[in-house]
Amino acid sequence: MSAALYAKAHRTITEIKGPLVFLQSVPGVRYGERVTLVDSAGNKKSGQVLEVGEHAIVVQVFEGSDGLDKKGTTVFFSGDVVKLGLSEDMLGRVLDGSGNPRDGLGEIFPEVERPITGSPLNPVCRQQPFEYIETGISAIDLMNTLVKGQKLPIFTGAGLPANRVAVQIARQVIRQSKEELIVVFAGMGITSREYNYFYKEFQDSGALANSVLFLNLADDPTIERILTPRLALTTAEYFAFDKGRDVLVILTDMLNYANALREISSAREEIPGRRGYPGYLYTDLATNYERAGIIQGQKGSVTQLPIVTMPNDDITHPVIDLTGYITEGQIILSRELDRKGFYPPINPLPSLSRLMNLGIGKGKTREDHRQVQDQLYALYAQGKELEKLTAIIGSAGLGETERKIVRFVERFESEFINQGEIPRTIRESLELAWDLLSEIPRTELRRVEDKYIDQYWRGARP
Amino acid sequence: MIIGKISRISGPVVHARGMEGIKIRDLVRVGELGLVGEVIEVKGDYVAIQVYEETDGLQVGEPVKSDGKPFLAELGPGLLGMIYDGIQRPLEAIRDQTGSFIARGATGDPLDRTKRWHFVPTARRGEHVSHGDVIGWVQETPAIQHRILVPEGVSGKIVTIAEGDYTLDEPVAELDTGQQLFMKQLWPIRRPRPIVQKIAAGVPLITGQRIFDVFFPVAKGGSAIVPGPFGSGKTVTQQALAKWSDADIVVYIGCGERGNEMTEVLTEFPHLEDPRTGQPLMHRTVLIANTSNMPVAARETSIYTGITIAEYYRDMGYDVALMADSTSRWAEALREISGRLEEMPGEEGYPPYLASRIAEFYERAGRVICLGRDKRSGSVTVIGAVSPPGGDFSEPVTQNSLRIAGAFWGLDARLAYSRHFPAINWLTSYSLYLDALQDWYTQNAGPDFLEMRRELLEILQKEEELKKIVQLVGRESLSEPDKLLLDIARTIRDDFLRQNAFHEIDAYCPLKKQYYMMKAILMFYKACQDMLSQISYEEIRKLPGWEHLSKMRYTPNDQTESFFPKFIEELSAVSQEAVA
Repeated sequence: MSAALYAKAHRTITEIKGPLVFLQSVPGVRYGERVTLVDSAGNKKSGQVLEVGEHAIVVQVFEGSDGLDKKGTTVFFSGDVVKLGLSEDMLGRVLDGSGNPRDGLGEIFPEVERPITGSPLNPVCRQQPFEYIETGISAIDLMNTLVKGQKLPIFTGAGLPANRVAVQIARQVIRQSKEELIVVFAGMGITSREYNYFYKEFQDSGALANSVLFLNLADDPTIERILTPRLALTTAEYFAFDKGRDVLVILTDMLNYANALREISSAREEIPGRRGYPGYLYTDLATNYERAGIIQGQKGSVTQLPIVTMPNDDITHPVIDLTGYITEGQIILSRELDRKGFYPPINPLPSLSRLMNLGIGKGKTREDHRQVQDQLYALYAQGKELEKLTAIIGSAGLGETERKIVRFVERFESEFINQGEIPRTIRESLELAWDLLSEIPRTELRRVEDKYIDQYWRGARP
Repeated sequence: MIIGKISRISGPVVHARGMEGIKIRDLVRVGELGLVGEVIEVKGDYVAIQVYEETDGLQVGEPVKSDGKPFLAELGPGLLGMIYDGIQRPLEAIRDQTGSFIARGATGDPLDRTKRWHFVPTARRGEHVSHGDVIGWVQETPAIQHRILVPEGVSGKIVTIAEGDYTLDEPVAELDTGQQLFMKQLWPIRRPRPIVQKIAAGVPLITGQRIFDVFFPVAKGGSAIVPGPFGSGKTVTQQALAKWSDADIVVYIGCGERGNEMTEVLTEFPHLEDPRTGQPLMHRTVLIANTSNMPVAARETSIYTGITIAEYYRDMGYDVALMADSTSRWAEALREISGRLEEMPGEEGYPPYLASRIAEFYERAGRVICLGRDKRSGSVTVIGAVSPPGGDFSEPVTQNSLRIAGAFWGLDARLAYSRHFPAINWLTSYSLYLDALQDWYTQNAGPDFLEMRRELLEILQKEEELKKIVQLVGRESLSEPDKLLLDIARTIRDDFLRQNAFHEIDAYCPLKKQYYMMKAILMFYKACQDMLSQISYEEIRKLPGWEHLSKMRYTPNDQTESFFPKFIEELSAVSQEAVA
């Protein structure tokens, strides 16, 4: 964020609590206004007005309130809401969670400044997404296709390789688009190990030149995490809608973001909703996630790939749950597949891409894509049930067809899902799918029309 | 005009002072930008206002103005085909003003003031008219005649009335009392529009969706809820109902949901045909879009804006279907505002008045005798999606809705995982309208329709019991009739209940075709049962009939009558051949 001239200085702090500073009211302060606090040692911190009244003002301090005191701290009101300076020079840069350079390469001179909260996109101006993004991962491309303008989160558990999957996707989509696409990466509360991993991966693969990284580390101030995704999305909107680029935004980890929100809420003594999260968690998450899409008659798109950790692998956790209600599907990583040593351990059953239909089919992927996906799902779901059954009664209780379906599940997991880091084109994924389906008797393929079976199925004909 | 000053700003809730004479629910304009808000609390010397737009940048001391009136919906010709936000601002007009992103303080007339509508009077000079009487009509869209009604508080003898082209601001008639009648009227959205009386429901809302029409129908004028965890297909279900149900008018409220989903409706509806009239669906649809990132207070209002528009068309004598997706977001908006008011929370942080608010809303559904001398009847059917946290139906919004709604369509994550859509659980769902609709089905759908429905449900019920046994001892140890039952249950599930909302034919299934499909399945089942004594189970499994049953839903709808009687005949003939 660029420096500004501060007109009003105040020393009227009455109370400091957690990340919040309470001041006596001063006239002319705006709701949502950006604030700078200077402590008695001369250290600067930034904050935002959370509440204005006739008697008191509440300010949240992004860098945390450590070192602030009632008497020696001066508060400057900037007269304006929190803004981010934007320019094309941001490409290839690494910034911190407040938007300041972290790579030591100097200041970025902004071309424009924008409020980081953004405005809602008018639903009548949205362009319905229509184009798929090839990630090179069969479990996504074929089973849960990612579409430009979509928001598709990855739900992961502690220790599962979500970051590796995210980086792999970032690399692949940049390469696939012939560097037309840019990645904006926001890390909230990531560890220094993860930081090194991301930085190295982005640099080594050459993806960094087409990326902007906003990184708030685990030991950086928690409250800063409230800003980080908004900075990333403001940057993404700038590149997409000012510069006409396709932008993929990776937000990791939105759980840390939500926890920062909870911290502020509890410091404000608000009535908590589920598990202590504030009642407005849905609205707040939505103001971030909804900043994805395409505008009619304009080039450029914002696609979001947020990563959210499921605490204790619990998919009903409020942050996961609300994310699932806002986003357009979800990719879920499975501990079971990971334990078997499969990578990427994407569990197709609970995963879903709601916009898939818009991006696939004739002229886009292939005409049989929808039905093949449907069939794979049905067989995999049925096979998983049979696996459970086999565990109880043994495979002797199964019929011949059922044994074939169990065999299908094994191959599906070990070959189709477990593809490693080597990307597959959508055609290669479809070919492999038909190879698996060809072991299933034709009469069991109820979800595929005859014409596609005739064309692609290679099993023994009766 | 009441003018006060802002004294406190906290998110969407703003306090103001010096607003003497202001009433609860009065509409106010907040700050220099004139943000739209509503008074929700009058306390001591200040009032609390929920603001329908983002409050960033507001200052203490900025003016708050009100003319002392509540928020009024504008009703008249031109509503159909419109897309509004939660406070009835036309989103297309706002685009023209502020571009692709919605800026604050934007305003627009809900109805076009310049357009001239051709008014045809049906009332005559000298006739005495009062509230609810029809004085004439306007052809609003090719399929819908917009009847012009006498508004509340107006009555007298018509002095002048004439056919002609009028704008909404020009009177079309004048009464001896000096009152003028316009084609548009205003109505406070939180007050139900008055009626003569509610009457019993007796006609189902035919949806073209087999699971609803056959298993769990909702009556015209009834209410249904669709709860389900995320990804279970609430929105696809709601959209399928909006597309294919046989209502005259559809009001679709996107309440705190995804922007891209509203775009989908906007992109698809103009190209889809109403199966009954052949007209584009948009010609009978009003959309209210308040996506999740649009201001939370307007989300709370969107539900009332929508149902007021629905009631208005009902009062003309139409059958209206209202889809609210999702009522949970509305309840959460209530919770959020309640929290900002520092009210004592009830269950899960929701305000204690949640139950009564939900009840008030669903009770605005109904089949009614409308006001007016001609005793016409109309209906509003309400279908509310519910998004329970974690898919847990014991939460307050689902439970409070259940108490009111007459049909419960429970979505099931397990069905969704195996891509069985619509993922409605046939064992837990129910409809309380079956008794009321019995006569209608017997007369219009076939005398044996409900009997076949019962048989299908019985098979599925038995399947559930058998599955438990299979889990213990394996399928191979079942008796042959039981194995056959499992097979036919699978056919019912896969080939009858499953319906592809994206397939050009299967998306809509006429009632007659549903009837024949049931008949074919049951006939084939009966034939197989008979054969079991003569040929082995394995041979029965190899009959081509199974595959034929699985493809019958793709039979073009207009060939229903030419295809099915023959198909059923062949099915039984082939089966007899197998035995021979």
